[in-house]
Amino acid sequence: MSVLKEIATSLEKGEHLRVRELTQEAISAGIPATEILDDGLLAGMAVVGELFRRHEIFLPDVLLAARAMYAGLDLLEPLLKAAKAPSRGKVVLGTVRGDQHDIGKNLVGIMLEGAGYEVLDLGIDVTPQAFVDTAEREGAAVIGLSALLTTTMGVMGEVTELLRERGLEGSVRTLVGGAPVTAEFARRIGADAFGFDAADAVVQVQALLENGC
Amino acid sequence: MRRVLDLRLEELLPTPSGLLASRGLPAEDRFLDLAERARSEIRALGEPRGVREELAREEFVEVYRGEGDNDPHTPLDQVVPRADRLALFAVTLGNAVSEAVTTRFSDRDLALGWMLDAAASLAADTAADVMAADFAAACRHGNEKPVVLPYSPGYCGWAVSGQRRLFARLQPVEVGITLNASCVMQPLKSVSGVLVAGPVEAHLFDNEFDCCASCTTRECEARVAQLGGTR
Repeated sequence: MSVLKEIATSLEKGEHLRVRELTQEAISAGIPATEILDDGLLAGMAVVGELFRRHEIFLPDVLLAARAMYAGLDLLEPLLKAAKAPSRGKVVLGTVRGDQHDIGKNLVGIMLEGAGYEVLDLGIDVTPQAFVDTAEREGAAVIGLSALLTTTMGVMGEVTELLRERGLEGSVRTLVGGAPVTAEFARRIGADAFGFDAADAVVQVQALLENGC
Repeated sequence: MRRVLDLRLEELLPTPSGLLASRGLPAEDRFLDLAERARSEIRALGEPRGVREELAREEFVEVYRGEGDNDPHTPLDQVVPRADRLALFAVTLGNAVSEAVTTRFSDRDLALGWMLDAAASLAADTAADVMAADFAAACRHGNEKPVVLPYSPGYCGWAVSGQRRLFARLQPVEVGITLNASCVMQPLKSVSGVLVAGPVEAHLFDNEFDCCASCTTRECEARVAQLGGTR
């Protein structure tokens, strides 16, 4: 089995120490960092993501695999930066102002990174201005907004409104999600997409960036 | 009357199987191991404390009005007039537990961080139930013990901004809980709100408010079912 295939297989099993060891082995063998990332780490995460979407594994299994992915990614990051390897796209992520629930948002961030996107996680209790300022400054293509409370989900509408005010609604897309959020709510506030869970959020971001819809 | 409680951590910890069931996970070894590790961390780090202060209905109505951001019609509008007694409360697991969740995620120990967060959330909710039980005991008259249920800002149409008046009145800083400018509590694993004491009927309402339309938990239905009531 090639070392890249072995990285992917070990990642699927959540063997983070083994993935780190194999990634170092691949680097030492002179395999380009982008190749290790795409054909090793991200290939493994793609399998894990698909199994999760099909409800064949559980969320902690995904998180164990993600830990293994990061174990390899930590070694690759300096090399990827040095090679100026482009990411698939930049996503600004956060839980909206007044809301402290971050687990769902964290899961979306992990799944997006596992799919090769660059994630700028602003944390919890994020103001609309902070979302929009960061997206504009960093040239992000998507803002991902999370809320768990019915009483804070309205802040998502403030973000879409602010994007409109600044003339950014075409260049910065919005994805909303969280327990009380629905596709109908997303339409009502003018969000571009709704993700019903972390796996779906990745699909939605892919659609926004690749198909321009 | 004001009362500060030091809660017993063991009383708050979810069982491993209960924790897994709450997250839809099967009781398999790898998940049970994570659940046990999460419980151990909370056992080592938790410092649960709570405070409650009884207040008159008129006083609570002022607190509840908050900054005028509540939904026009809410369950508490129906429940409070039927209540016998009311008390504001806040309870926390302490800062170390919340920090441990953050640390686990930043250390990339994601599965344990997630399980720890889930266990801590359940423990904080149980702490609110313990505060309710303690208030129920205090309200007992002879053999008659009222039903006490907690309600919190952020839920059931009670705006998060309502935390400001609640905190101004209750001053939960005494047990280590503070509020930031956006009304988010520190430590994060804290619960605040009002304890409503009254007969079973006082707690029944039709869940057809505006806030109910977007509510996905429908926890009120389980709470009423536990009381033996029907809608």
